[in-house]
Amino acid sequence: MRFQQQKDCCKIIHSKNYYLFGVGMIAIIKYNAGNVQSVQYALHRIGATAVVTDDFDIIRKADKVIFPGVGHAQSAMQYLREKGLDQLLLSLQQPVLGICLGLQLMCKHSEEGNTDCLGIFDTDVKLFSSAELKVPQIGWNNIYGYKSVLFNGLSEQAFMYTVHSYYAALCNETVATTDYIVPFSAALQKDNFYAVQFHPEKSGTAGETILKNFIQIP
Amino acid sequence: MLTKRIIPCLDIRDGRTVKGVNFENIRDAGDPVELALLYSRQGADELVFLDITATVEKRKTLVELVKRIAANINIPFTVGGGISTVEDVAILLQHGADKVSVNTAAFKNPALIADLSNRFGSQCVVLAIDTKKEADGEWYVYLNGGRTKTDTKTIDWARQAVALGAGEILLTSMNNDGTKAGFAVDITLLLSTALSVPVIASGGAGTMEHFKEIFLEGSADAALAASIFHYKEIGIPELKQYLSAQDISIRL
Repeated sequence: MRFQQQKDCCKIIHSKNYYLFGVGMIAIIKYNAGNVQSVQYALHRIGATAVVTDDFDIIRKADKVIFPGVGHAQSAMQYLREKGLDQLLLSLQQPVLGICLGLQLMCKHSEEGNTDCLGIFDTDVKLFSSAELKVPQIGWNNIYGYKSVLFNGLSEQAFMYTVHSYYAALCNETVATTDYIVPFSAALQKDNFYAVQFHPEKSGTAGETILKNFIQIP
Repeated sequence: MLTKRIIPCLDIRDGRTVKGVNFENIRDAGDPVELALLYSRQGADELVFLDITATVEKRKTLVELVKRIAANINIPFTVGGGISTVEDVAILLQHGADKVSVNTAAFKNPALIADLSNRFGSQCVVLAIDTKKEADGEWYVYLNGGRTKTDTKTIDWARQAVALGAGEILLTSMNNDGTKAGFAVDITLLLSTALSVPVIASGGAGTMEHFKEIFLEGSADAALAASIFHYKEIGIPELKQYLSAQDISIRL
């Protein structure tokens, strides 16, 4: 049965034992925020399979961990703390990729609900403020100033799909920048922790390049 | 720089793509997932699927379609058509839709917009408005696929919906829809300048110049079209090249 499931790109693999069947297991963290389904589909399209889980053991043993998220910083952090997922995330040694709200929760503090976050990246998350430009930023914007393996093989000024009202301020850990109202962190990296503000799973072939680069990190 | 979006719209009935002229005379225009794939490869920035199926099987076929689309395409997509409850939306989002559009049900029960926005975030709530300019020169809201007139002005409903949590407005001009004579610039500009959220202009696209006009003169954030793409009258790559050459910010 499990082989049939792997062939069918529409199927979701929820098996808690998936990591037994091969190397390169990717865990997508399941919590109260986010469209995890899209991330899983995107991984399938580039030939990878992933398990959506909140099982600590599976997450610890995964080769790669993806921390997605669309939602509210305060309720998401509250949920992570209640489940102990905050401490688990901080303890991970394998490559971890935060996406969108995932990136914001990996920063020190967010203005969204005045929330203390995980503090992996040394920067704060602020609300866009503009009399002229619309908030949230919705659509495709270009990123530049690549300083991470995530962007290997990507064309300069690549366009990424993005939807957000809050942004992570520039800091020493910024590894790609986007301009909207202000220049801000399109991507952050520190040690084994990677994060992107945009949605690589919805950013066409450019987004797929980033996901491929992430899953190929040794 | 944030770019203007080109959005092909696929009207779906019983799992097939269809397109009407002035909301009537529906013609068959192909398999939706095949078209979706083609458009995403050609550089479409997003896709909208509006389901006009009226049968009791509707929800099941729509969920199946959403799963196939989400599994196969790598750009964002919106699903709309007859969505009236939080539960409808939960199912569509769970199966991979990025956004949903609501129309008549939201007008009849505006609390739906707040409920959806509170539960799923305003980024996935698109309010669709079908609008018509009447003899008095004002634009009014129409319901039920353009069959039912209301006395509410479009600008008033749009403002209320944004205050309730709508994240984008999909504005279709019934006067322009299917005419290929250009988008409705005046009402698009009015909404786009009055609202804090993006406005997607829809209805009337016939030439590449019409897109230039709605972006530059109508301040639209995105432009949606159906038949000109389905019948290959305008290709998305040449449209985007053209707009870019006109100094409009476009993803190439």
